[in-house]
Amino acid sequence: MSLWEYANPKKFMQTSQAVLPVIWGLTALSMVVGLVWGFFLTPEAENFGSTVKIIYLHVPAAMMAINAWVMMLVASLIWLIRRHHVSALAARAAAPVGLTMTVIALVTGAIWGQPMWGTYWAWDPRLTSFLILFLFYLGYIALWEAIENPDAAADLTSVLCIVGSVFALLSRYAVNFWNQGLHQGATLSLDKQENIANVFWFPLLVCMGAFILLFVALVLERTRTEIRARRIKALIARERMA
Amino acid sequence: MIPDLGKYAGAVLSSYAISLALLAVLVVLSLWRAARVRRQLEEVESRRTSDG
Repeated sequence: MSLWEYANPKKFMQTSQAVLPVIWGLTALSMVVGLVWGFFLTPEAENFGSTVKIIYLHVPAAMMAINAWVMMLVASLIWLIRRHHVSALAARAAAPVGLTMTVIALVTGAIWGQPMWGTYWAWDPRLTSFLILFLFYLGYIALWEAIENPDAAADLTSVLCIVGSVFALLSRYAVNFWNQGLHQGATLSLDKQENIANVFWFPLLVCMGAFILLFVALVLERTRTEIRARRIKALIARERMA
Repeated sequence: MIPDLGKYAGAVLSSYAISLALLAVLVVLSLWRAARVRRQLEEVESRRTSDG
């Protein structure tokens, strides 16, 4: 069985219909477990006090804000190279989800920054690249809405997605490129010495899993809607021509 | 029972309230639009079938 089978809308609709209830169920379960564990059952951190509990939202949201754009990039490249409509529609479906994750990351970061850094905002490399990523999400969504022809919209938004990928990568690696600014390095690292304590790490892992599942569930659900909306347009166009 | 969040209670609680509200709005809007578009497609397809 080839992955390209799912480029067929009918096959995609059948498969997604079968898996969505399971993914929604796992999303709800992991979200409740992760957030309840992180909020109610973890201690205060030595340096951050109870604000450490914000990482259970901030880190998974920031991770998904970047990875949603990466997923959109892959889908856009598939559209540009192989012209599979489902991939273009999946990229479109993912954008509002990525935008919401970006807003959550920015807002929770600002709320955390006020007591810790003494300011809600600083023109720090990571914060600034995240703000630009947010603007790219807005531009991407606006471009899809502004162009009537769906194939032309998919082409132009794909190009915009490729350009915006620079800022998605910068959002992730800005703290490594520029050793300046307020934002600390990556919370998670393969280097054991830089990792956070297990008592915070395990619930964070569950929350990250929950956000990944939520993203998958929402993108599948929204892609199904985009496929249906496209079919409605096609049928109405046929009615008018008849 | 909410744990003692000390002087950072406002920051922590507002972070959770805003984030969960945003996620809830995203999920509800996505499911609402999914249901609306599904109904529309059924209408268009049934009209097409009845028109022969």
